[in-house]
Amino acid sequence: MSEMFPLTLSNLSVRRRGKTVLGPIDLVIDQGGPMMVIGPNGSGKTTLLRVMHGIERISEGTATWAQSDQANHGYVFQSPVVLRRSVAENLSYPLQLINTPKPQIKTAVDHWIDRIGLTKVKDGSATRLSGGERQKLAIARALIRDPDVLFLDEPCSNLDGQSTREIEALLLATAAAGTRVIMATHDMGQARRLASGVLFVMGGRIIETGSAPDIFSAPKTAELKAFLKGDILI
Amino acid sequence: MNDIAQGLLAALHLIVTFDQELWEISLRSLQVSLTALIIASAIAMPFGTFLAVQRFKYRRLVISIINALMGLPPVVVGLIIYILLSRSGPFGVFGLLFTPWAMIIAQVVIITPIIASISHQAMRELWAEYHDLLISLNTSKWQRIKTLIWDGRRNLLTAGLAGFGRAIGEVGAIMIVGGNIDHATRVLTTAIALETGKGDFALALGLGFVLIGLALFVNMAIHWLSRTEREGRW
Ligand SMILES: Nc1ncnc2c1ncn2[C@@H]1O[C@H](COP(=O)(O)OP(=O)(O)O)[C@@H](O)[C@H]1O
Ligand SMILES: [Mg+2]
Repeated sequence: MSEMFPLTLSNLSVRRRGKTVLGPIDLVIDQGGPMMVIGPNGSGKTTLLRVMHGIERISEGTATWAQSDQANHGYVFQSPVVLRRSVAENLSYPLQLINTPKPQIKTAVDHWIDRIGLTKVKDGSATRLSGGERQKLAIARALIRDPDVLFLDEPCSNLDGQSTREIEALLLATAAAGTRVIMATHDMGQARRLASGVLFVMGGRIIETGSAPDIFSAPKTAELKAFLKGDILI
Repeated sequence: MNDIAQGLLAALHLIVTFDQELWEISLRSLQVSLTALIIASAIAMPFGTFLAVQRFKYRRLVISIINALMGLPPVVVGLIIYILLSRSGPFGVFGLLFTPWAMIIAQVVIITPIIASISHQAMRELWAEYHDLLISLNTSKWQRIKTLIWDGRRNLLTAGLAGFGRAIGEVGAIMIVGGNIDHATRVLTTAIALETGKGDFALALGLGFVLIGLALFVNMAIHWLSRTEREGRW
């Protein structure tokens, strides 16, 4: 699966209504551990993730995966999209789309539903789940095709401590199992707990990148220093 | 007041005595309107969904046309279909005029825009909810339409019921193209018009109550059917 990387963004810009929302960006992302995209609100984290995933229209430049023809990504949106179906059917949906054989679907669904602790409400409507349960369901649904990369957009922004801990554990296990986790967060504690690499975004530009220890203990740019000190409102 | 009481009595009498004629025209009403409903739904529901999902150049125009067609006066629809189906008309060779099929065609023309418009509205909301996820999962256009139709089936049912209510209560168009012929094209609404014309208000009212009862019965039956499969089963 490592053949998917590197992802190369070259001279990439996204403009909306005459305003540059992202870019210009030149960046190469190589294989590695969990990568946290940090930055203030409105800095372009969501747009950057969507560009990487290939669901945001690029105005200029390119985003190229080493093996785009085999792209197998999962994506978890900031406010989870829940299909108006049962919990189990939410999980089976991505597999049905690619015509996975039924017995295989059942095995995968049973596995994931157990992992996110929703076995009891398996056949209940997913729209009745709590915020934390919805988010876990969305993550499991994004993982059920066993993607090479999992993008998450501030998955814990509205969740309580317990759900956040569970999701972080799930993400660490996911990373350990070989799926690249790329995640936007504005919770610096969470970034420290999960990150192996960090991308710091501000004003649509990549201001600083590096390994987590470097970024958090030896930030180079004035912007990152200010952001980590809490001088930039998020 | 007295008239209404008499009407109720007349209706009761017709029902408990299994009045042959009442059964016949009630069944014909059901047959004609349910057939029209099925045909109109088969056209309008996928089309309304398609309009919600697909962007194309004249989409807004098409939507305005559908909304305008909702207001078509049934009498005019009847007249036009009469001309088209009459012996000298382009479809005269099929000999459909003054048959139940002519009435079905008229009702299809009247309720297709209604069902399409309500379906489109509902599907647009669902599409806004699902859009990001379905794009992210790399669904084909057809998979999107299928998903929306399936998950929005409750809303589509409402659209169908609105169409059915309009169809079974319609009188102007089917009077013209059906001719209200005894034992051939007489349905509840045209019979009511006839009895009112003859001055037999009790019988007309009786038929009216049967019509209302029938409409309510179909509504409840369909709702009940949808309730029994409420929770998604695995
Ligand atoms: N479709 C759009 N039209 C106009 N502005 C947009 C659009 N999408 C994003 N933006 C703007 O781009 C900036 C970056 O947004 P976003 O990527 O959501 O940032 P973040 O996720 O870091 O909060 C924001 O100022 C936002 O208002
Ligand atoms: Mg965001």
